[in-house]
Amino acid sequence: MNIIGRRKIWYLISLVLIVPGILAIIFWGLPTGLDFKGGTLLDISYSNRVAKEKIDEAINNSGIKNASGQPSGDDFIIRTQVLDAGTQNNLTTALAKVGEGYKQNRLETVGPTVSSDLKRKAIIAVILASMAIIIYISIAFRKVPKPASSWRFGVCAVLALIHDLAFVVGVFAILGHFLGYEIDSLFITALLTIMGFSVHDTIVVFDRIRENLRKSPSLDFETNVNNSILQTLNRSLNTSFTVLLVLLALFLLGGTTLKHFMLALLVGIAIGTYSSIFNASPLLVSWQGWSARRLSRANEKSVS
Amino acid sequence: MRRNLWIILGIILIFTVLAGLVDWPTGPNLAIGKYFKELKIHEGLDLQGGAHLVFELNTSGLESKDVSTATGSVVNVIDRRVNALGVAEPVIQGAKVGGKQAVIVELPGVTDVNEAINLIGKTAQLKFMEENTEATTQEDMWKDTGLTGAHLRRADVQFDKNTGEPQVALQFDSEGTKLFADITRNNLQKPVAIELDGEIISAPTVQNAIENGQAVITGKFTIDEAKKLGIELNAGALPVPIKLVEQRTIGPTLGSESVQKSLMAGLIGLLLVALFMIIYYRVPGLLAILALIIYTLVVLALFKIIPVTLTLAGIAGFILSVGMAVDANILIFERTKEELATGKTIGLSIDEGFKRAWPSIRDSNFSSLITCLILYYGTTGLVRGFAVTLAIGILVSMFTAIIVTRTFLRVAIGTFLEKRLVIQ
Repeated sequence: MNIIGRRKIWYLISLVLIVPGILAIIFWGLPTGLDFKGGTLLDISYSNRVAKEKIDEAINNSGIKNASGQPSGDDFIIRTQVLDAGTQNNLTTALAKVGEGYKQNRLETVGPTVSSDLKRKAIIAVILASMAIIIYISIAFRKVPKPASSWRFGVCAVLALIHDLAFVVGVFAILGHFLGYEIDSLFITALLTIMGFSVHDTIVVFDRIRENLRKSPSLDFETNVNNSILQTLNRSLNTSFTVLLVLLALFLLGGTTLKHFMLALLVGIAIGTYSSIFNASPLLVSWQGWSARRLSRANEKSVS
Repeated sequence: MRRNLWIILGIILIFTVLAGLVDWPTGPNLAIGKYFKELKIHEGLDLQGGAHLVFELNTSGLESKDVSTATGSVVNVIDRRVNALGVAEPVIQGAKVGGKQAVIVELPGVTDVNEAINLIGKTAQLKFMEENTEATTQEDMWKDTGLTGAHLRRADVQFDKNTGEPQVALQFDSEGTKLFADITRNNLQKPVAIELDGEIISAPTVQNAIENGQAVITGKFTIDEAKKLGIELNAGALPVPIKLVEQRTIGPTLGSESVQKSLMAGLIGLLLVALFMIIYYRVPGLLAILALIIYTLVVLALFKIIPVTLTLAGIAGFILSVGMAVDANILIFERTKEELATGKTIGLSIDEGFKRAWPSIRDSNFSSLITCLILYYGTTGLVRGFAVTLAIGILVSMFTAIIVTRTFLRVAIGTFLEKRLVIQ
């Protein structure tokens, strides 16, 4: 099987996978949830059936504008601007009168300083982690035989990682537009998990490349990389399969609070497996090709 | 050689039994001499329900060197107030939010949070004021006497002997007693005002000098109000005003339903993984699953001993680490398979398989550990819990994949299982 030889096809597939999501992010924006936008979220339920209009009426009567109750399973979810204690009290008292057995399942208020802080910290953490991965791989692969260079391994691993994150965020931008999915702290945790897994997967292939370069220096770079991918293919697929089994069970049977989180992980681990086979290592070969061509062109110039 | 192997196996078994004992729901607690620690799984707020509050400190009036002291004393004051509420295992810690000092308060099991917020948020600055003789306007009618809530020894709720109304009785410390005696002596037949958080709650007229340092605050208190004031005064005043900037309350039913379902789902998922490993890798797969069970027991025991507070994100970290633990075994088995294909003996192939797989396991796990470290120090809350459980899981998984699985495989060589170790 020649995976490297068809690398342009894989790059094309990646583009097709990522571009719709990126367009969704550009046109519809990121569906940020409470954690990153700030505001108040109230999740309530009643023991009897309550019409949505009644809930909206109660919200309106408490002096809150531009908010309504969204049915979610047996619950209603109300999202508003940050409410002060007084308004919040009015709202909950009004809601309690609308139906029987009023229950407040969740009440969250996130102020603007907190939400911007969370956003900043999440972004910094992802960037720092990416840089640390490049540095670690550069050091771990420092003895890699020529013509490969260690920092290229690091950069390619991170490129594959960005590819995975972009796809997952894109999928959620689309789901956010059509199904009201939201990006919250738990989603960031999912992204970090995907990062960890993607790099983990990529490094296993890279390790094999390093070993093969040493073992068979007579073979050209492309063949060595292709062999390494094939030799680790079984492992990559089996590992991803076992993880996806657990995630699928959790997605289908787990609690509702975990559903979106598990979906993000499922999508991310699947794309992470794809990118570690079809992106990270082929990119190494492409890069190798570019720099070799540039070098030979430079040589031609100096000769003439 | 063989004997050493059995010794290692014995040690692994002892470890497993110990971990199992710790994991047992009604298991023992840790007691070494005077050292005692209760062993149990600490559930995060998203699992057991409760309130998560973040208060921002207004430190604008403070010099930068005093800020951390102020934060510390805010934590102490809130801690005392929350304890008076009778909340089990509250977490109160200083933190930085958006470059500002903040205090995070976690109250497990508390879902009616308004009472707690009111109690925690009160500055509770108690001041005694006397009439300002040079007053020209209504605003500067009163002036400070220097006697404040800081001079209190304790405050108690009691009831007026005549009217039965609740009131708060104060006992000053020695300096306060002296001050109070001076104030009452100088203001005979004149009113002295008691001000709480900028509001005058009563202004009784002094009948005679009070030398014993006892005073009573009356006002139109309900019993609850009097109790709360007592708590606030006993806990001391907040050195700076605080503001609630984040509040999350999770009902206990939402949490527990989620946990039950998710635990069940996780178990089914792991059973599927076990099934796959055994079908695909046969006897070695079975041994890997045994190692994985030991892995799970050890990780859960560590969660109890350290202790790690389990949240949804933490459980995610744990699941990912299980994936990585399985991955280490798959890496080793695939490598062993390749070695077998070159015609080596089973024993040699297994040893080679471990040796060759090790760099991959090491590099991939180390890069994950680095990520965990950055996440732990760079973030708070959810993500942090994730980093902790993942890091523990990775460290333990390297141990179980390398030592436990390998020992199992080696012990199996030379027994009736040997022929069945060949991986197809």
